[in-house]
Amino acid sequence: MNWNDHLPALLLMIPLFGAFAAPLVCLLGKTMRNVLLVGLSFVTLLVALLLWKSVLAGGIAVYVMGGESFNLTLPSGMALPIRIIMEVDAFSAFMVVCGSIASFAGALFSTNYMEKFTGLGRFVSLYFLLTLGMLGMMITGDFFNFFIFIEIASIASFGLVAFWRDRPEAIEASLKYTLVSQVGSMIFLIAAGALYGKYNALNIAAIGSLLQFGVMEKIALVFIIGTLAMKCGSFPMHMWLPDAYAEAPSGVSCLLVAVSQASLYGLMRVCFSLYGVNLGGSFIPWMIISMGLASMFFGVTMAVVQHEIKRLIGYHSVSQVGYMLLGLGVGLLVLTDAHGMAEYGFTAMKGGIFHIFNYTMYKGLLFLAAGAIYYATGKRDLNEMGGLARRMPFTTAMFVIAAAAISGLPPFNGFVSKLLIYESVFAVHPALTVVALLTSVLTLASFVKVFQTAFLGPEKSVFTGVREVPSGMLFGMGVLTLAVLGATLFPSWTLSNLVEPAAKALVDQAGYIGAVMGGGL
Amino acid sequence: MNPLSVVVRTGCDLFAWFMVVFGVNVLVHGYMTPGGGFQGGAIIATFTAFLLVAYGGRKLLGWANEKIFDLFEEVGLLAFFFLAFMGFPVTFFYNYLVKPLAAGGVVPPAGTTALMSIAVGLEVSGALSMVILTMYRGIRMFETAPMEEEIGHDR
Repeated sequence: MNWNDHLPALLLMIPLFGAFAAPLVCLLGKTMRNVLLVGLSFVTLLVALLLWKSVLAGGIAVYVMGGESFNLTLPSGMALPIRIIMEVDAFSAFMVVCGSIASFAGALFSTNYMEKFTGLGRFVSLYFLLTLGMLGMMITGDFFNFFIFIEIASIASFGLVAFWRDRPEAIEASLKYTLVSQVGSMIFLIAAGALYGKYNALNIAAIGSLLQFGVMEKIALVFIIGTLAMKCGSFPMHMWLPDAYAEAPSGVSCLLVAVSQASLYGLMRVCFSLYGVNLGGSFIPWMIISMGLASMFFGVTMAVVQHEIKRLIGYHSVSQVGYMLLGLGVGLLVLTDAHGMAEYGFTAMKGGIFHIFNYTMYKGLLFLAAGAIYYATGKRDLNEMGGLARRMPFTTAMFVIAAAAISGLPPFNGFVSKLLIYESVFAVHPALTVVALLTSVLTLASFVKVFQTAFLGPEKSVFTGVREVPSGMLFGMGVLTLAVLGATLFPSWTLSNLVEPAAKALVDQAGYIGAVMGGGL
Repeated sequence: MNPLSVVVRTGCDLFAWFMVVFGVNVLVHGYMTPGGGFQGGAIIATFTAFLLVAYGGRKLLGWANEKIFDLFEEVGLLAFFFLAFMGFPVTFFYNYLVKPLAAGGVVPPAGTTALMSIAVGLEVSGALSMVILTMYRGIRMFETAPMEEEIGHDR
């Protein structure tokens, strides 16, 4: 047997094994627990890279769970696929690489960060379940399984957000997330049921090949967009996000960033691959663009006034998601217009997709750096910090890199993706670029504030005992710093190898459907 | 929770075991009758709930050993994973035991499905019993003992 064919299954199998074996392995002691956490996360990352490589070389990878053969999607002459089917195109593979880098960095960081606490067997279990849910959302080709993986990821994150259960704020954040997320999931399930009732299929490709845009499909689409926009933290439904990100342990916040991107992936998958050319009119694209603009502007204006460091970074997540919604929304707007797509739509999509990678890396790094500050000083409030640069040089350096990248300062990777978005959305309407630029300026302003108050200035007497954080945490941050610097130093390689195939795969609806259904549209 | 009257306790003594038997029946026939691993496991876990209601929580905490429930969970989960993994030369989750009845199939005609539902039943019975115990602890926590504190953060 060729292991290359089984990579989609291995990608889910490894975190699943980690989650199931964690309570048992944790009985063997601290070292074995850390080996399990870091080792399996690293193997997941390797599998993700191999999967990405094989998808780039061999086209869309399809995997049928439990089938007689890994690519037997339509057994014995059936018209519709029935089994659990994983479908990995270049966009999914790109998301999987982003997600597993964040998961590995968070795991490495958590080894030292979490060692003071009890209940780590369950922590490791939930961490792997969250990784599993995220990766599953990214590679599943089945609508109902997407819901299942959303639920796995949500339930794991409820537990992880409330991990410090003696902090009332953590319980509150978790409960708020639970309520919002469960209502959203049920609405998603109604949409999935509606599509199943009409088309007798749950496979995204199968429904996509049959879809005719009517009233019921419109309602289902609104339900799906509402749920997934809530899960990725877009503006009117963002209220759970700063709380959850701020209260979760930092390694988990880093992974939660990637999980929110999995929801964004689902939103784009539904808009481009399920509805695609049948989307009918420009209302939905404009709705996504407006959500993006509102998220950018309101997210950043709420962020500048925060003085709790992780909460501030959490509000920036709202504003950064806006950029991706803007870029991909513009791509969706011109999906059926070949001229507009070639002129500016494809560039906007490349910008949006590149921003997904950049955002996951630098936002994860910012959360880890905030966690490092918290670990070293025990303080969350920016007003109580100062002069930490002398005591924590490595953390400071990595924080500066992440802050420069998120603010879009040249030559960092955030600048490249933002520039692609600015110059392409300008063709739709100049006001879109103005809002995006304004957001970028305010982002810079708030990170100047954070950097100045936390790291610069005279040293405070309470911090004389502060030391640089342990090596596990530094390595965790180092992984993400390397990813940020890699995309900074080699933007054209990243664009042509990571981003462009992903953008091409996303607009290629017929290819996505054909990989499962055999015949295409 | 306080113990209930002797009538209830005797009723529990007589009938609680039947819930376990019934639960096992549901889960071993899960592959061909309504129900299955989760439902059977949930019925088995009602045994713990019966004891809690009839005999009160203090006594139950004295009897129950959480390590056993943990073991149930772990064995169930790992068995489930192992059964899925064994399908691997073909695909993950491939039903490698199933054969037509005439060909002398193992556990006809379900193959790994029947074994998986037993694994899920073990896991669910352990986990739901643990949930019942933990919820009882949660009630007691507010009544008497202060919450155990974590160390290492600012609160």
